[in-house]
Amino acid sequence: MAIRSVASRRTLTGLKETSSRLLRFRGIQTFTLPDLPYDYSALEPAISGEIMQIHHQKHHQAYVTNYNNALEQLDQAVNKGDASAVVKLQSAIKFNGGGHVNHSIFWKNLAPVKEGGGEPPKGSLGGAIDTHFGSLEGLVKKMSAEGAAVQGSGWVWLGLDKELKKLVVDTTANQDPLVTKGGSLVPLVGIDVWEHAYYLQYKNVRPDYLKNVWKVINWKYASEVYEKECK
Amino acid sequence: MAASAAVTANYVLKPPPYPLDALEPHMSKQTLEFHWGKHHRAYVDNLKKQVLGSELEGKALEHIIQNTYNNGDLLPPFNNAAQAWNHEFFWESMKPGGGGKPSGELLALLERDFTSYEKFYDEFNAAAATQFGAGWAWLAYADNKLKVVKTPNAVNPLVLGSFPLLTIDVWEHAYYLDFQNRRPDYIKTFMNNLVSWEAVSSRLEAAKAASA
Repeated sequence: MAIRSVASRRTLTGLKETSSRLLRFRGIQTFTLPDLPYDYSALEPAISGEIMQIHHQKHHQAYVTNYNNALEQLDQAVNKGDASAVVKLQSAIKFNGGGHVNHSIFWKNLAPVKEGGGEPPKGSLGGAIDTHFGSLEGLVKKMSAEGAAVQGSGWVWLGLDKELKKLVVDTTANQDPLVTKGGSLVPLVGIDVWEHAYYLQYKNVRPDYLKNVWKVINWKYASEVYEKECK
Repeated sequence: MAASAAVTANYVLKPPPYPLDALEPHMSKQTLEFHWGKHHRAYVDNLKKQVLGSELEGKALEHIIQNTYNNGDLLPPFNNAAQAWNHEFFWESMKPGGGGKPSGELLALLERDFTSYEKFYDEFNAAAATQFGAGWAWLAYADNKLKVVKTPNAVNPLVLGSFPLLTIDVWEHAYYLDFQNRRPDYIKTFMNNLVSWEAVSSRLEAAKAASA
């Protein structure tokens, strides 16, 4: 059987604020895979430990590795003044840098039930959701529908439009970060709808994944971001 | 099995030309059950619903694909129509005991247009591995030349003006149950063990005749 067994293990303690480290290589800042603040199996049964381990250790790690490679190549191209090479690298930077940005947010968007995963947002974000979407159920229904409708790979987002001061639901293709849909958009909650995010558990039934993922959405984190951006 | 490039207007879910377990161990029965039985079936069923009552109803699948591609500004039925076509083409691109190097005229043409079979193999592998997100890699024929093409999501060479000869599905659902994130392993397995060069040859003959 091709499926690997999952070793659920405690990741390093503490939630790192940033995953970047300064390496003395040509002066550019490269990135490392952020640790998850919970065990791989801690989001079960909503998301299986097997998926979490592969998603984090293989997919996100690959984005980090490839992003660092693209940044090194970019640095060289910039230093040489090679404009064509710089432009040619943009898609690798967007794919892999976007993948790193999006997944770093995603791990914080999730929490085990015993640490508040699934608990509805209180405070100002809860109020804003009711104002813009009628209710949390209304928001969930809208995001789930839009997430299910993404063709191919992508993400569905709850974002804050800082300029217009309102909440928005939007989708992005592939690993495009939310900011590619609008410079004033701040991501609050992103849900990965690439097949790798759910296939081993939910197979082709993306709507079932979208129904269940809400049970482990970390509204506390989303509220923190919202309150910070609203100041 | 002679693979015709034209799919009828009946929008049928045609079974692969082999039992669902026939490609094991290279592509599992479970994968075929989901990929053909659920994904491909859904594209066909949803296409039928989508064109019902519209001017596209009853039109040949290739007509719908070209029409709804709309020069890249995709109309809603494109995804289902193209994916229905792509998947039938994909099943017929494989066979039990397939893969390896072709022979005869096909090998000669690959050597002519890629310098060697190995160079073609590498280029096809690279295209399939670097199609970011969902999509397909193809061997295609245009202007009397073979070329490797990669396309995103549901796009196929028909809308790009060339004749598809061979394809590999690199949407994650095509390989995730058997290979998880290891797309390069899936591509190698496809090339070494699954490709139906007979299908490719007969499609090439059809393409040459259509171009004449």
